[in-house]
Amino acid sequence: MLEVNSVSQSQQSEPRIGSGDGPAEAVIQFRNVNLQVNQKYLVEDLVFEVLRGETLVLLGRSGSGKTTTLKLINRLLEPTSGDVCVEGTSTRSWNQIELRRHIGYVIQDTGLFPHFNVERNIAVVPRLKGWQENRTRERVRELLELVGLDPGMFANRYPRELSGGQRQRVGVARALAADPPIVLMDEPFGALDPLTRAELQREFAMLTKRLNKTIVFVTHDIREAYTLASRIGLFKDGHLIELDTPDRFASSNDPEAQAFNKSIE
Amino acid sequence: MKLIDFLVQNRSEVLQLTFEHLLLVLIATGSASLIGIPVGIILTRRTSLAKPVLAVANVLQTIPSLALFGFLIPVLGPYGIGRVPAIIALFLYSLLPIIRNTFTGVNGVDPAVREAARGMGMTDWQMLTQVELPLALNVIVAGVRVATVISVGTATIAAAIGAGGLGTYIFRGLRTVDRTLILAGAVPAAAMALLADLALGSLERLLSPGSGASVNRRKWVFGVGALLIIAVLVGFFNVGISKGGDRVVVGSKDFTESRILSEIVAQTIENGTDVRVQQATELSGDLCHREIVAGQIDIYVEYTGTAFTAILKHPPISDPRAVYDQVKSDYESLYKLEWLQPIGFNNTFAILVRGEDARRLGLKTISDAARYAMNWRAGFGQDFMSRKDGYPGFVQMYGLRFAEPPREMDLSLSYQALANKQVDLIAGNSTDGLIEKLGLVQLEDDRHYFPPYEAAPIIRRDTLDRYPQIGNALNRLAGRITNEEMRKLNFAVDAEKRDVRVVVREFLAQ
Repeated sequence: MLEVNSVSQSQQSEPRIGSGDGPAEAVIQFRNVNLQVNQKYLVEDLVFEVLRGETLVLLGRSGSGKTTTLKLINRLLEPTSGDVCVEGTSTRSWNQIELRRHIGYVIQDTGLFPHFNVERNIAVVPRLKGWQENRTRERVRELLELVGLDPGMFANRYPRELSGGQRQRVGVARALAADPPIVLMDEPFGALDPLTRAELQREFAMLTKRLNKTIVFVTHDIREAYTLASRIGLFKDGHLIELDTPDRFASSNDPEAQAFNKSIE
Repeated sequence: MKLIDFLVQNRSEVLQLTFEHLLLVLIATGSASLIGIPVGIILTRRTSLAKPVLAVANVLQTIPSLALFGFLIPVLGPYGIGRVPAIIALFLYSLLPIIRNTFTGVNGVDPAVREAARGMGMTDWQMLTQVELPLALNVIVAGVRVATVISVGTATIAAAIGAGGLGTYIFRGLRTVDRTLILAGAVPAAAMALLADLALGSLERLLSPGSGASVNRRKWVFGVGALLIIAVLVGFFNVGISKGGDRVVVGSKDFTESRILSEIVAQTIENGTDVRVQQATELSGDLCHREIVAGQIDIYVEYTGTAFTAILKHPPISDPRAVYDQVKSDYESLYKLEWLQPIGFNNTFAILVRGEDARRLGLKTISDAARYAMNWRAGFGQDFMSRKDGYPGFVQMYGLRFAEPPREMDLSLSYQALANKQVDLIAGNSTDGLIEKLGLVQLEDDRHYFPPYEAAPIIRRDTLDRYPQIGNALNRLAGRITNEEMRKLNFAVDAEKRDVRVVVREFLAQ
């Protein structure tokens, strides 16, 4: 039963992945969201939407609240007040396990499981969802090719036998494994050397165009933001102070935005 | 080389004791793992509990093992001696390393890995079984390894409460001042600890996340887990059936003479009746008494004086007939235990000095020695120091004063201490074979302070009713063994290191 359900569910989700036609639909909505820990606001009064098929880059200095915002989406954190809605339903009303399996997640240290080989790492969510073995194996091959790794060479390797860049590619493949409509990425390329980072950013930009996923991407690297973003959201001290397309962000009057822009002149 | 000869000659007993030892350790660490690992996991989920629970486990760990055994005896009542308290004590000692390593192992999993697992939608149970436990497994096994090695060592002390195992040799060796015997217990125990350490160490390496042996890890873990559970079950089963069937259990205290007497009783029953006999040896203190009252043993040889003063708490008197009649009637009404006929000899406290001192100073009686005592140091066993018919009345009766307060030491060590001039006067047993071996001299109790200590078998009333033939067989021992003969028997076992079964067989054949 479970299997049949999840298969049909994911098949349904495929055509929905934004074709770009019609008015853009809000997939994620922040409604007056506050998160307070020990009297201190980690994020305060967040109001914004993420549209289907876009790549929203959350930019800001360390500790500005962008990672916190990301974790509010897959309910690794819960708001003190206000609501985060995913596909029209508050995350409070979602079953949190269902919610997370519905959303891909990539973090800076990749969080690959050291005791699983590449294939099993990528297959984690499909297995949790109870996919059949054949389908899972097929999917793993497909994803390894998608992120530019030869399945024959890499499927049986362990994370410690991979370079930093290869590990990140596996991390991305793992996040995409069950074909989630939404992917959250927390500085996925932050720990890589500049050349590898640029290479992965380029490939990733092409990938996102092909896949038409809704992506929320956290970074403190303004170049990365310009490479990937359809819109940039700027965070400062727990507030979202600017949210605009890259073009308009480049000419923003906001002092923090100007400071970021200045850093790459 | 004497050690190797001994191990070869006694290989069946060595194997038996090794097996008992292994069983104690396996049951204790096995059940500590079955409980400690889940507790450690719960602590990672309820971190506020971690501090108090680990603190309690820490405190348990610091209790000296003998004290813990002593504490468990009254708490566990009829199960207060033997394997049950030994296993409980070892279990408690094993808990700390296992709980602590499980807790730190699971908590030590890379936070990024944990966050990734949660972010991908694993339930807590899935995260635990698929990510945290596999990654913490080598640390957990390291905890089991530490617990096992500690248990192998501590289990030697469990022989003091009749749990058997290799410690039996160590205690027997300490009592008879026999280095070979001590080594015969210590060396196999050390080897066992070393082997356990090596085996679990390699398992630990195999399970470490970087080992690359991941394919077979699961099989290994299941295999080892299943083995542990089987060991625990078999162990409990074994402990559970240790008594039963058409047999009686003969107990002995933890000194050579009592061991010889229990062997005499056992062989007499086996030769004269169709009842089968099992022996529970090396029971220290008043454990024999507790055991027979609880029905764990059926028969043991007691001394009239011990029963009269130490167990019945009567003030000491010196008429042997009166003492025997009193204990016989008291035991019958209080404990439903039957005193059979005394075996003959009287093993009273013997005040001993070195032979050279006795000859040089012309000492014959305790009163003679009292004149020199102010320059002497005395060493007495715990028993003598604490008994009503022991130290306090003794020094009062003879007006004794020593150069310093007497040293309290193990009875068996006090003989050696006297011979080595670490002390100058001790209270031994008048039938002790070591008296001759070490050239010691017994001073006469010229004021008749010490009450009589005639040895006689006592038997449970219900056992006697069931097997009246045992009573007849044992009463044929009445008056058979003199003081002189008892000393010879003790000497054969203590000094000549002869096997107690053989010595007794030869003696009964006369």
